[in-house]
Amino acid sequence: MFTRIWRWIQRFSSPQYFYDMSAALIPWFAVGALLIGVYGLYLGLFVAPTDYQQGDSYRIIYIHVPAAWMSLFVYMVMAISAAIGLIWQIRLADMVAAASAPIGASFTFLALVTGALWGKPMWGAYWVWDARLTSELILLFLYMGYMALQSAIDDQRSADKASGLLAIVGVVNIPIIHYSVEWWNTLHQGATVTKFDTPSIHVDMLIPLLLMALAFKLFYVAMVLVRTRNEALYRDRNRRWVRDLFEAKKI
Amino acid sequence: MGKAFYHVLMRDIRLALRSSHELANPLIFFVLVVSLFPLAVTPTPEALRAMAPGVIWVSALLAVLLSLDRLFKQDYEDGSLDQLMLSPNPLMVLVLAKVLAHWLLTGLPLVLIAPLLGMFLALPSAANEVLVYSLLLGTPVLSLIGAIGVSLTVAVNRGGVLLSLIVLPLYIPILIFGANAVDVAMSDMSVRGQLLFLAAVLALSISLAPLAIAVALRITASR
Repeated sequence: MFTRIWRWIQRFSSPQYFYDMSAALIPWFAVGALLIGVYGLYLGLFVAPTDYQQGDSYRIIYIHVPAAWMSLFVYMVMAISAAIGLIWQIRLADMVAAASAPIGASFTFLALVTGALWGKPMWGAYWVWDARLTSELILLFLYMGYMALQSAIDDQRSADKASGLLAIVGVVNIPIIHYSVEWWNTLHQGATVTKFDTPSIHVDMLIPLLLMALAFKLFYVAMVLVRTRNEALYRDRNRRWVRDLFEAKKI
Repeated sequence: MGKAFYHVLMRDIRLALRSSHELANPLIFFVLVVSLFPLAVTPTPEALRAMAPGVIWVSALLAVLLSLDRLFKQDYEDGSLDQLMLSPNPLMVLVLAKVLAHWLLTGLPLVLIAPLLGMFLALPSAANEVLVYSLLLGTPVLSLIGAIGVSLTVAVNRGGVLLSLIVLPLYIPILIFGANAVDVAMSDMSVRGQLLFLAAVLALSISLAPLAIAVALRITASR
């Protein structure tokens, strides 16, 4: 029984099988992300009511918050697939982890930039050492460390294992970092920081936000599929199936 | 197992004592960096006092970071690391002995010299005492987390900058609570919470870090 499941997993996690299957999936996710994203942005920018305190400038929330959510989500995906790769030696999981890192770093960067742009009208400064912005900055450092380690080691398998272990250590540390930064922040900043998240958010504001979060997630899936396909081609460039594809002029 | 732990510990200490000039380097670095700040900023006691906890803690962090290289580099190059891995004793235990030796030779001296630097930066004596406690609890964690980073990068050419890139973000909680304990002590408030947090992180990393270090070393060695 167990060996049958194992063989099944191995078949479906082979880069070649993945390469063939994922081609059909990407358009669905990409078009879904586009449609939901456009609709969500329309609702968020034109339909949602103006905030009584922040005016229209709060509308950057529809980019900022989904990006911030995704930055953590992608790190989790990265660490979990790295753990799968490390424990069960599944190459596809390592590829997903490696493919996720730059996307996650980009989401983190986007969250930082939009946070800074939002901060200017609200706090009067682009950068304030707010707890969540600071945690986000540290998360960006964690991503960069992962990518630096991944690219510093020549041998692909040990690069995957080493950076995978680092991602797992990072996951253990993220809650500790998050709470210590929060704690540090309450000590140093106090009430000078405007609280953004009002206890309850109006439904007309919430729906576009959730739509945008969904669009970001679909976009991530599409991107990670594209990037993992690239990784698969690149890493298996000397293997039979890639050469066959190449000779059949399918690439 | 206990015997193996003891022997690895003694071996590392003996080796380090034979090149004692190297041993002093992180310590000199620590004193040097701290004494740059009054020159760069301002030597008035009030200003010094305000920045002292952060300056001393950041300098201690960097001194530990620079000394990490010694932890596995030589053993990796001369092959004794492979011997450690081949030994029937659990690698986690041997690694813990190596980290302990590293801390005894670099972390502990930093802790002992810190009050002097506190005096340099006009820390009141109560805060100076807390500085010692916070470093005593914090520097072993720095060695343990740092060891994970070194064992991942020991085989990388010119891995120094890479190591700091990997390790420094993970040091942030220790920095926050360590420096804050000293800061709070200056305003005569209780530092129990901060010290207990540092102790908790120390307990957590003593139990988990050796596991990660052992895995990381095997990854490095499998190349």
